[in-house]
Formats: sequence, structure tokens, C-alpha cells
Amino acid sequence: MANTTELQDLTTQVRRDILRMVHKVNSGHPGGSLGCAEFLVALYNEIMDRKDGFDMNGLNEDLFFLSNGHISPVFYSVLAHAGYFPVEELNTFRLINSRLQGHPTTHEGLPGVRIASGSLGQGMSVAIGAAQAKKLNGDNKLVYTLHGDGELQEGQNWEAIMYASAKKVDNLISTIDLNGQQIDGSTDTVLPMGSIEAKFLAFGWDVLTVEKGNDIDAILKGMSDAKALTGKGKPVCVLLKTVMGNGVDFMMYTHAWHGKAPSDEQLENALSQNPETLGDY
Amino acid sequence: MKTYTYTEKKDTRSGFGAGLAELGRTNPNVVALCADLIGSLKMDEFIKENPERFFQIGIAEANMMGIAAGLTIGGKIPFTGTFANFSTGRVYDQIRQSIAYSNKNVKICASHAGLTLGEDGATHQILEDIGLMKMLPGMTVINPCDYNQTKAATIAIAEFDGPVYLRFGRPSVPIFTPADQKFEIGKALQLTEGADVTIVATGHLVWEALEASKALYEKGISAEVIDIHTIKPLDAKAILDSVAKTRCIVTAEEHNILGGLGESVARVLATNNPTPQEFVGTKDTFGESGTPAQLMEKYQLNAQAIINACETVIKRK
Repeated sequence: MANTTELQDLTTQVRRDILRMVHKVNSGHPGGSLGCAEFLVALYNEIMDRKDGFDMNGLNEDLFFLSNGHISPVFYSVLAHAGYFPVEELNTFRLINSRLQGHPTTHEGLPGVRIASGSLGQGMSVAIGAAQAKKLNGDNKLVYTLHGDGELQEGQNWEAIMYASAKKVDNLISTIDLNGQQIDGSTDTVLPMGSIEAKFLAFGWDVLTVEKGNDIDAILKGMSDAKALTGKGKPVCVLLKTVMGNGVDFMMYTHAWHGKAPSDEQLENALSQNPETLGDY
Repeated sequence: MKTYTYTEKKDTRSGFGAGLAELGRTNPNVVALCADLIGSLKMDEFIKENPERFFQIGIAEANMMGIAAGLTIGGKIPFTGTFANFSTGRVYDQIRQSIAYSNKNVKICASHAGLTLGEDGATHQILEDIGLMKMLPGMTVINPCDYNQTKAATIAIAEFDGPVYLRFGRPSVPIFTPADQKFEIGKALQLTEGADVTIVATGHLVWEALEASKALYEKGISAEVIDIHTIKPLDAKAILDSVAKTRCIVTAEEHNILGGLGESVARVLATNNPTPQEFVGTKDTFGESGTPAQLMEKYQLNAQAIINACETVIKRK
């Protein structure tokens, strides 16, 4: 079990990885990746009960599905630091013949990935299937997911949200990255969704909110509370209020860095705000 | 000439239901999902015997495909059941990303394919599904011809590791293949031996091809009928061996001629042994309401259409 300082150091290193990965290939999605760095670091290193190595079926261990696959940089960095593949492989992100495709996939056999994602709105359905397989297998571990808030505009989510509560899929914790931004602007200007909390509640989920979604301690507390709600007949939704581009001042509070890489100077500036902690790959 | 007779007619979807029920008894990993069409898909027996292994999804096919993909993670072998239209076009991106690209061991089982769905009309009569599914890398596409073959195919695909599209239909059609057959994915079946023309048919058109071959025989034309139950991977050798003898071919399918079995056969021939070919299928059109027999006649998908195509293609040799 890691302490908060260790998790914070890892988060800083993950931020550097994200920035260097997207800078190298001048493409990728740094904004949402940076916003979810604390969450994924906490999830993989403290919250989830994982087994060593990687087995697709994931029996008797917690599983995670990334539905908003475009934040692959943070996913890959966290997976590498968690030991699923060598950290040096982050160097191959988005390059030809790489296992680190632009969006995560099982197709190239990258350990840690159980489903392709990128076309939005599909991850919750898959996670529900995995959660129901766990129940059939008598496996009492949990299934976690992460979704963008803009992603909830895809209708398949609402089929899944309706189904999960109706069928009492109570071994599922779905986290929504509530950063209020999407490609064309804020979610409130592109397609206002009203109260996401009220919607999940109306669909029969337990909902809790982590107000400080970029604070490790707040995330640990929130996810611990979420875990305590599992097994009680309802799926659990965590609304994680994050700041897109967190940790890099000029990338924060804007949708501008959703899918844009920093220039050489911007990279230097961004890295200077996040000094090396565990060593660059 | 070898002739085929039948004593009973049954719908191919009932063959699926019987195969699924047998799998329920023999393979504990098989699970079934349905989007509010249990009766139409003949899934009742499986559900009655294995309620814990059945997932009623409701009218939400996209969610069903995703849940099926997820169930494979944990070692299950999911069989999804709904109409062919809602099994393919409606959920193409879910199948593409969560099943095909992710290489998940999902069996997409699709009933009411083609015009023979009948009176419900074109909204439900998909004639593009074979094309949609065969274009997905790694997807196996199977369209069996009668009750027995559909049952055998259903059982066989559970043993096969990988995504499969299994297409069957609504109307009662003659049962002419053996009840004890072993279904081999990708292996074409030569039903009659002939020297003048090869007829390659799939699904409901196989029986029509046999009827056509009888009539052609009366006219002194010897037709070799091949049942292509697996459209992908296609048994190229069976096709090439046959046209080496007959030097012309007719393909027959309850599907648009664009993107169907006929085009797959044409590719094999064009790259190996260019051969005159005629296509029996719908001609880039939607269907309409009517009885199955009326529709098969109007859209030229019956034995007479196959006979006409054979006579045309023989002249082109």
C-alpha cells in the first residue's frame, strides 16, 4: 500500500509521461489525460485489488474498463508503472507497429487492456457484461469504469445505465470525469445535460460526488465510500469533478488541449511545472 | 442425378433454438442474451432450463452487444439473439469495436434475415447484413440452409473460438440435410454432381437450387449444386474445383447482389480462374410487404430465377 506522497510523486511522473508522449508524436489527448492522472494512479495503486501479471479473464481480481479511450496517454502510463509492460514502451505511443495505439485496443496484445475503446459510449455495457460474468463465476471482485462527461451524450450509455440498476449489477463502480469540457467547447454550450447526478439517481443508481477530483486523499476517500456501497443491490456512480489539463497551468480550465500536443517550448514549460520524480522513460 | 426429398418443413430459427438448448445442457460456459424477442428466436427452451445463464436485455441492442463482449471476459460464450436487422446494421459500431476489433468470442445469432420475413416489410428485411459482417476482419459468417444444418451450426460455433455471425430465417422450409450431420465451418457441401453449370447457394436458396437442378436435368442440363453455408471463410477450393469442370457458375442468395456471397465468389474466380457468373439475389433494392413466396418470386430469388440464370450463363461459356 502506497502513501499519499508516493501516489503524488507517481502522478507527477505520469503527467510528465503524458506530456512527452503526445509531444513526441505531435498528436494525442493531453487535457483529459492530465485531468484523470490522480484518479487512475489512485485506482491502480491503492483502490483496485489486482493480481500480478495479466490474464484476459481477470478471475478473482478487480477489473477496469476505460470507456473514454482517447485519454490513452494516462492509461498507458499508469499501466506501465503498474507493471503491465515496460515503461520504455511509452516511447512507441502512436508509432507504426506499436502496441500503444492511438486508442487502447486488445488487438496488438497490450497487457492491461481488455477491450478496445475510442468510439465513445461503449465501455459501460462491456463492464456490465464483465460484472455479470463475475457473478456467474462466484467471483466477488469489482468492476470499475471511467467515462467522460461529454461521452454521456451517447445513447448507449443510457441503455446501460437503465439495465445496470434494473438487473442489480451492484459489483460495478462507474466514474464520470466531470470536467465540463468536450471538443467543441464546454458541455453546457455543446449540449447541456442538466444534472447528471439527478439522472443517475432517477435511473436507480447510488451516486456520490468527489468535489476535489484532482486531490489524491479526496479520491481515496470517495472511492472507499463507493466500495462500501457495492453489494447492496445497486450499481454505484462516482461523479469526479476534475480540471482538464490539471497540473499544467496553461492547459487548465479550457477545452483547447483536448486533442492538441504542446510545442517544444510549451513542453519545456509544462515539464518545469512537474519536476521528475521517479525518472523519465 | 442425386435427388433430395423432404418429409417435413421447419423454420431455421427453430434449428437455432434446438441447438442452443442442447448447448445449454452440454456446455456450462454458454450464455444467451436477447433483446425482447425470445419467442421469435426460439430461445424458450434454453431459458427454461438455464434461467441463470440467460440475460433479458430489453429493447437495447447496442447494450446487448457490449454486454456480450464483456461476458467473454470471464470465460463465457455469449449467444445474442435478435432479428438480423437489429443484429447488424443497428449495432455495427458496437460489433466493430467491442467484438470484432477486440476479438471477443461472441456468437451473433440473427433471425428473420432477408425477404422471407414477409409481411413486416422492408424496415425489418435486411438484405445487406452478409456484406456488413463479412467486411469485419476476423468475423466468421454462416448462413445455414435448413433446420438440421442450423442446429448443427449453432452447436459447432460454440466450439470455435472467435466472433461469428450466424444468419437464419423465419419461414418453414424443407428439411433435407441429415439430422446427425457434423457441421464443419468453412467447408462447402457438394449436394449434386454436374458437368454443365455450378450453382453455389446459401441459406434458403439452397433448396431452390436443388429444385432448379431437377428442372434443368429434365432439360438435359447437368447442374452441380454446392451448399455454401459458410460465406466467410469461403471454401475457394470447392468453387474452383467445380468450375474447372463446368466452366460457368450461378450464385444464389437471399441478399443484395452488392456485397453478398456472389461478390465473394466473383473475387475468388477473378483472381484464380475467370469464369462466367450470373448473380441471383436482390438487385440493389429494398424489399416490401408480402408473403415470402410472393416476395421470392417478385424479387427473382426462387428456383425459376436460378434456372433462368443457369441458361444465361451457359450461353456465355
